Amino acid sequence: MSLLDVFTVVMTAGGLFFFFAGSIGLLRFPDVFCRLHALTKADNLGLGLIVIGVLPQVASVFDALQLILIWLLVMVAGAMSCYLVANQALAALSKDVAGKLNEHHDPTMNPTTTSPAGATQNGL
Amino acid sequence: MIEYLSAITGMLILVLLVGLGRILLGPSPADRMLASQLFSTAGVSILILLAIIQNQSALINVALVLALLAPLTLITFIRLRKNPS
Repeated sequence: MSLLDVFTVVMTAGGLFFFFAGSIGLLRFPDVFCRLHALTKADNLGLGLIVIGVLPQVASVFDALQLILIWLLVMVAGAMSCYLVANQALAALSKDVAGKLNEHHDPTMNPTTTSPAGATQNGL
Repeated sequence: MIEYLSAITGMLILVLLVGLGRILLGPSPADRMLASQLFSTAGVSILILLAIIQNQSALINVALVLALLAPLTLITFIRLRKNPS
């Protein structure tokens, strides 16, 4: 077993660890934002360590370049799509909080906080 | 080395099974889309490992196409959630 094989074993085992951590976090964390945090670990580090570990085993330099290209692409796409999901979840959450505040407030008791915009600012 | 990489591939399929639990439980559609994001990343890793195991570099091209198409599903999901007309 050469030194490069040891490198491959260590790196792919690390990538697998991050994939397991990400999927268990996706299953057990309480809300969307915590799950995003767990998922990006699996995206960036899990795939990255597996790609780095596999690099000494590929046949040609061209394949190695293509693997690195895949890793960069997944990192950029993961950052962008996680931003979009967080943005959408935050908008849904603030709409939800504003609706609940309007339900619980009696408009005749406190007339200053009856507008939806004011309720949103109080809720967040 | 081939056996070791095959074992890693099997473990990655276990990761996919754990992610299926979130698709079953997920209270909001955003949670389910996050699980599908995990599926795409794990699928890309499985394809890369299979390319090494079977010594077929064409599978790396398949992994590249999967990595290209995965964010499009999420962008479509966000667009449909924002204006559901």
